[in-house]
Amino acid sequence: MKFLGYRRSNSKVGVRNHVLIFPTVVCASEVARMIGNEVPGAVYAIHGCGCGHVGEDKEQVVRTMVGFTGHPNVAGVLLVGLGCEVITPETIAGELVKGGQRVETVSIQRAGGTTQCVEEGKRLAGKLLAEAADAKRESIDVSELTLGLECGGSDALSGLTANPALGIASDLLIAEGGSAIFSETTEMLGTEQVLARRAANAEVEKRIYEIIAAADTKAKSMGVDIRGSQPTPGNIAGGLTSIEEKSLGCIRKGGSTTIMEVVKYAEQPAKKGLIIMDGTALDVMNDTGLIASGAQVIVFTTGRGTPVGTPIVPVIKVSSNSINYNNMKDNMDINAGVIVDGWGTLRSVGEQIFNEIIEVASGKLTKAEILGHREFDIHSLGPVV
Amino acid sequence: MQEKAILIDKKDNVATALRQLEKGDSIPVVVEDRSVSVILLQGISFGHKFALTDIQQGDAIIKYGEVIGLATKQIRQGEHVHIHNVESQKGRGDKR
Repeated sequence: MKFLGYRRSNSKVGVRNHVLIFPTVVCASEVARMIGNEVPGAVYAIHGCGCGHVGEDKEQVVRTMVGFTGHPNVAGVLLVGLGCEVITPETIAGELVKGGQRVETVSIQRAGGTTQCVEEGKRLAGKLLAEAADAKRESIDVSELTLGLECGGSDALSGLTANPALGIASDLLIAEGGSAIFSETTEMLGTEQVLARRAANAEVEKRIYEIIAAADTKAKSMGVDIRGSQPTPGNIAGGLTSIEEKSLGCIRKGGSTTIMEVVKYAEQPAKKGLIIMDGTALDVMNDTGLIASGAQVIVFTTGRGTPVGTPIVPVIKVSSNSINYNNMKDNMDINAGVIVDGWGTLRSVGEQIFNEIIEVASGKLTKAEILGHREFDIHSLGPVV
Repeated sequence: MQEKAILIDKKDNVATALRQLEKGDSIPVVVEDRSVSVILLQGISFGHKFALTDIQQGDAIIKYGEVIGLATKQIRQGEHVHIHNVESQKGRGDKR
């Protein structure tokens, strides 16, 4: 099976053709936004990271920035720095050049302040846009697609309709030779034994137990019961009683195939097939990790309703119930509520999601894209020093 | 015709409401070769759970065929099962 995508010069495959304006440090975020606002056609992503990171935290933030800005949905990237930060445009650009990504850099101190940096940035972004305009979609095998699996604002139906239907779509993509990444480690608490049974080998099984135990330890470190945060007040109002119940519904997104590998947040897998990324329960930060790990399309299930998108990767929203679908119709792409309404089955909605993934990968805009949802954040481990 | 409630796994001792259910409603649920009919002791909101059997304090609450928490008090068949009578065993920094 084929879709229409962009084959980049480094042989990676993109499904969008963005020019990205990206600050490598929070101090350059406003300048990056000014450039982005003055260059229609470019997208920007701002965040609170880039300085004060040490050790494993610094590694994670750098890995995230490199994976995100080097993503094949990005035709070219303009990195914006201040000049005295820990993570400079040059740090990231060096990695991007090695990976074959088209990159330009500007620095506020070097340019001589905000106004001149914005002017220089606009000129470079314009140049990148002109180059990107030459890219053409071509027929590419769906085995080159990696799907990111996300859920947010879950209710009791998420685990009965939208998540298992997405699991079927994941299975279909993997059967075609593609990959799917699921994550949100906090939302695996209580499901270790279920996931471990599906591990490809003893190492993967060990890593599954390790990352989930670490998430439990982290949750306990606050010295309180996490209920009220996990599940959230909205989850509880929707009928979810415990993190175990939420998790058992959450993991159904991952379908039924063998878990091939466990990777760190924003780490790119070596294997194909079903992958677990050790991520966070916070949707926007987790989406960034899925993208940096290589997801070109994200499918995001929701019961309570959430509008979030990402700056560079299309997000397909699947509602777990018809009430939310009708209430937030301008945000929802697919209604899995038909499964309990009697109009559809898990199989029919799973196939509908799979077909939508192919359409969206080939250029169809999602509701989040149409509305301009480009939420972005980086999962920093801290402590910032 | 839409079902009133769903039983997911035959090992489960709770079912999930698929619409607003009222006190006194008789709710049949079926999964594989197991069928149960329960008279609700109270109204159950869409997405919320009710007990299929009497559950003793300390017993496991089973959904998806897996443990989702423990009963903090006795729960009668047909009663609402939620945070007022179930506690999680995970992320319990208050219980070290």
